[in-house]
Amino acid sequence: MAQKRVYLDYAATTPVDPRVKKAMDPYFSKVFGNTMSLHSFGQESKIAVEESRVKVADLIGARPEEIYFTSSATESNNTVLKGVKGNIVISSIEHACIEETANWLSKKGVKVTRIPVDRFGKVNPSDVEKAIDSETALVSIIHASNEVGTIQDIKEIGRICKEKKVLFHTDASQSFGKIPIDVNEMNIGLMTASSHKICGPKGAGCIYIRKGLKLDPLLHGGGQESGFRSSTVNVPAIVGFAKASEIAKKEMNKESERLSLLRDKLIRKVLKIEGSFLTGHPEDRLPNNASFYFSFIEGEAIVLHLDFAGIAVSTGSACSSGKLAASHALLAMGLKHEDAHGSLRVSLGKWTTEKDINYFAGELNKVVKKLRKISPFKK
Amino acid sequence: MDYSKKVLEHFQKPHNYGHMKNPDGMGKVGNPRCGDIMHLYLRINKDVIKDIKFETMGCAAAIATSSVVTDLAKGKNILEALKIDSQKVVDALGGLPIIKVHCSLLAADALAEAVYDYLKKNKRDIPEELEKKHESLKKEHEEEAE
Repeated sequence: MAQKRVYLDYAATTPVDPRVKKAMDPYFSKVFGNTMSLHSFGQESKIAVEESRVKVADLIGARPEEIYFTSSATESNNTVLKGVKGNIVISSIEHACIEETANWLSKKGVKVTRIPVDRFGKVNPSDVEKAIDSETALVSIIHASNEVGTIQDIKEIGRICKEKKVLFHTDASQSFGKIPIDVNEMNIGLMTASSHKICGPKGAGCIYIRKGLKLDPLLHGGGQESGFRSSTVNVPAIVGFAKASEIAKKEMNKESERLSLLRDKLIRKVLKIEGSFLTGHPEDRLPNNASFYFSFIEGEAIVLHLDFAGIAVSTGSACSSGKLAASHALLAMGLKHEDAHGSLRVSLGKWTTEKDINYFAGELNKVVKKLRKISPFKK
Repeated sequence: MDYSKKVLEHFQKPHNYGHMKNPDGMGKVGNPRCGDIMHLYLRINKDVIKDIKFETMGCAAAIATSSVVTDLAKGKNILEALKIDSQKVVDALGGLPIIKVHCSLLAADALAEAVYDYLKKNKRDIPEELEKKHESLKKEHEEEAE
């Protein structure tokens, strides 16, 4: 009998929606021209990319010409941070591709200020206001945490930046397509989004750049994407990204309601386990994120045992990272090292069912018991 | 993580885990900051390790190295057991990912500390090397606590 497999790591990546795959299909061998070519082969591809731009823009209330396609959220975030001149303000719970880019920039002499978060992972907008000075070029705050799902008050932070006349960027990799975003209403100047987190293919992302704002490109060359992002355009991935955005727009309300209910059910079940704690904000969190820590045991061990049971989840434990350092985001939220060590992220998605949640909760209970039996601290 | 079959076997079904009441020797190593903490207990008769148990909080590698070190030490004379170093632990597991090799050190250290505790309790001579190791572990621990 094939082993039961339950995927609960949608925050890492998602399977491609069959409708997305179908939309992409013609753009591998049938329509394959280079968007920069003048002939009909190229123009067909160009049309597909421009139609895609409309769909992605539509999901966030932007104009098509304000969307610049990239290869990933990492590229988008790198482009934004490296594309401005001046000092930078970020939160202390950014994704590694902001955090590490900021570290690299500070070695080059850029002053990077990190805004603290409270124990729920929330940035206080007035702290952003205080951090901005005359040398600040950019404020970049993650919209929803990739680790604990906490959603920031982007609208208020955006308002402050507007008032202070500072560029404001948000990394919306985890929130795009999952919760409503309106770049105008939320005072967003620059935004990063990703395809593979919303059941689109890997290899596509975008930057929203409000009309009138200027960034230096990261890649120079043939001048694709209005000269902003040179590279032969990855047409099938972009078509898939757009289709995934279109589906997300149509299904977001219903899907986020369904996922929130499942998530809350999962949280209730997990918190019945002794010595388990919710991380992130109890209310202002992504509909698909449930994250925890368990005292006296370690996250990698939990993840591996669950993997033996066919369940896929992830951890911010030091032992699971290539650097043997506990998640900087969890520590910034005030978790002790040993607690960050026992962290677990469960992220739900399109194909998650109630049955999956029940199976997960049952197996997790067994795993925690098993590891605590071995742990010196159980009693 | 790139774990060998042997590591996964020991992780899934660890040998000799659990608490031991009134052990003849006990070693406690590791620190909460790095995350891995290991307690190792010895029952000793005529200098031979008759029974051995461990309790570990840590990742798969930490649990597997704990388990395999108990297998290696069980039935051995204590001075023989002191020759079990991190390399022997790694070899017994069919290798460890480079980033996890420090876990094997922890297991060897726990065993050495337990033997040290036994010798000390029984007012026996402590080999110079073991004394040095004990002092350096103690120092490490104090530095971590700061």
